[in-house]
Order: sequence, then C-alpha cells, then structure tokens
Amino acid sequence: MTAEPEPHSQIHWFLLGMRGLFSLPAIILMLSFVGFAAFTAEARIPVGQVMFMTGIVWALPAKVILVGSMLSGAHIAAAFIAVTLSSVRMMPMVAALVPEIRDRRTPTWLLLVISHFVAITAWVFAMERVRDVPRHGRVAFFAGFGITLTSINIALVGLVYGAVSEFPPIVSGCLFFLTPVYFLTSIWISARHRVIYFALGIGLALGWLFAVIAPQYDILLAGVIGGTLAWWGERVLRLREARR
Amino acid sequence: MSFDGLWPYIYIAVAGWLATDLWRWAGVLAGNRIDERSELLNWVRAVATALVAAVIAKMIFFPTGTLEASPLWLRLGAVIFGALCFFFGGRFRQILGIAAAMGFLAAGLAILGAS
Repeated sequence: MTAEPEPHSQIHWFLLGMRGLFSLPAIILMLSFVGFAAFTAEARIPVGQVMFMTGIVWALPAKVILVGSMLSGAHIAAAFIAVTLSSVRMMPMVAALVPEIRDRRTPTWLLLVISHFVAITAWVFAMERVRDVPRHGRVAFFAGFGITLTSINIALVGLVYGAVSEFPPIVSGCLFFLTPVYFLTSIWISARHRVIYFALGIGLALGWLFAVIAPQYDILLAGVIGGTLAWWGERVLRLREARR
Repeated sequence: MSFDGLWPYIYIAVAGWLATDLWRWAGVLAGNRIDERSELLNWVRAVATALVAAVIAKMIFFPTGTLEASPLWLRLGAVIFGALCFFFGGRFRQILGIAAAMGFLAAGLAILGAS
C-alpha cells in the first residue's frame, strides 16, 4: 500500500483474495456448509470425519455423494466411481481457470496444489474477479481466497456440528434445504452452454425416477443416462439449427 | 458401515479425496490445450451436471432428518416459488430465489406445526 512504483507484493494479492470471504457467494457457501453439518450430524457421521472430508474433498456435491455412499454401506470402489463421476466437472473447470491465473513463471506443482481449492463457488468467484488482478498476482489472489474459504469452512463445520442437534426443527430443515436450492441457482447461473440446462432438467427427473426404481444405483444411472440423453438431444437440436 | 477406527478416513481419502483431486490435477495438466468445443467434453459436462441434478432431486424428494416427515408438496412448492422469484429476480436473483424458497419452507413448517 506504499506509493512507490513497485508492483504490489504477493502478500498484498493474497490478502485481497482473503477479503473475498465477505462476498455473497462465500456467505451462501458458508450457510450451505452449516446445512451440510446438519445433514452429517443427523446422519451420525463423527465430526472428525466430517471436518476431514471438508478439507480433503472440498467440493460439496462430491461430499454429499460420499456421505450417501457411507450411509448406504457402499463398497469403497462403488463410492469411488460415484464420487469420481460427479467430480469429472472439476477437470473442465480447472482447465478453464488455469490459463486465466498462470503466468509464464508459474510452476506446475503450484497449480497442482492450488487446484485443490477449486469448487463451484471458488471457481465462479475467480472467473469473475481475477481479470481485475494483474497477472503476476492472480495465483496469490486465488490461493488467498481458496485456502481461506476452505479453512474457515472446516472450522465452521466443526463449530456448528454440535449445535446442530440443538437447532429447532424449522432451522435445521431450512439449512438442509439450502444445499439443493443453492446448487440449483448456482448451476443455472454458471451454465455457459445450453446442454447444462438440458442435463439439469433431465437429471432432476431421472434422479427421482431411479431413486424409486433402482435406489442402489440411482445417482450413477441418472447421471450417465440423463447426461447422455441431454447431450444427444442438444446435439440433434444443434445440428438441425446448423442445417437451417 | 462402521464409523470407528481408521477405516472411515481411508474410505474418505480414497473414495473422496483421490476421486476428486484426480480430476483437478487432470484439469491443470490439460490446461489450455483442452478443446472447449469438443463433443466429448460436451458429453462429460452433461453427465456431470445430470449427476449433480440427481443428487439435488434426491435431497428434495427423499430428504433425511427433520424434513423426512414434511409433506412433498411443501418441498416442491418451496422450490417452485423459489424458482419463480429467481427468474423474475433481476440482478439479485440468486439471493432472492434462495430466500424465497427458504421463506416458503419455513412458513409451511411453522403452519404445519413442526415448531
């Protein structure tokens, strides 16, 4: 913050990233994590394991699927497949973010480390704001935001886990419901392709259908069949439009 | 499964951490070499989104905990009311949509006497 012509230090950009904690997406995410703590507390998953998975997995949809697998007693390989399929979305997200934040001297190991902090919220935040940060400060800016957001949420989950059972039913019910509602709005807003809307609609419908007729494999089936249908439908529509 | 001992942590590390960070690392390595318009990536995107949508549907239709006892029409009503506010919410649609869905659900639970 001095007047000298030197560019701002890495610490400056890191701290500026930390300030993103007071943005709307970060606050909604924290409330969703209170909801996640309520979900896991009611499912009787020990708090240490909940904090552990918050830090080490980080992406909320992946954790919800992981908890679902733990509760149904799924084999570790089946859980791996279900979680990894839900996390495929990380690859294009990270691949889109990396060219935005790296400069020529950014080592690949550093990108591999900070990629861990990519999840829907951090990604939306970074893609929106990183353009206002000079290139040499972007990795520090994203690291400041991502690492702080993750750490705060690990602590938050640990703090509220015990309080959750004390909540009146209306509050714990609303907090549980915050996660699906937040995901719906987030996916809609961050969608950059029409196929996302198709997949969202079909996935919701098939998620219900397969939960009724094939509850052990519902998420996997709805994802693969619903996603393929959405992709195929959108592609047919796209080709027809192109022909016109 | 049992939640005692070291096994749950191994389970979380393998089925949670490894299953997720593999894709993050793959994303870094793919970097800007990935073709944003390839048909394969389109399919991958669609499957990933449908998968999360299925999780959302499960939480709405078959919730665990307090909401398990709540009527389905109340949960669907909350989502539809939230969606309406979302689509007409303009700049603040995300917070409006979420607040509307929460308000609808809370009011319904209060009226039905979940206290």
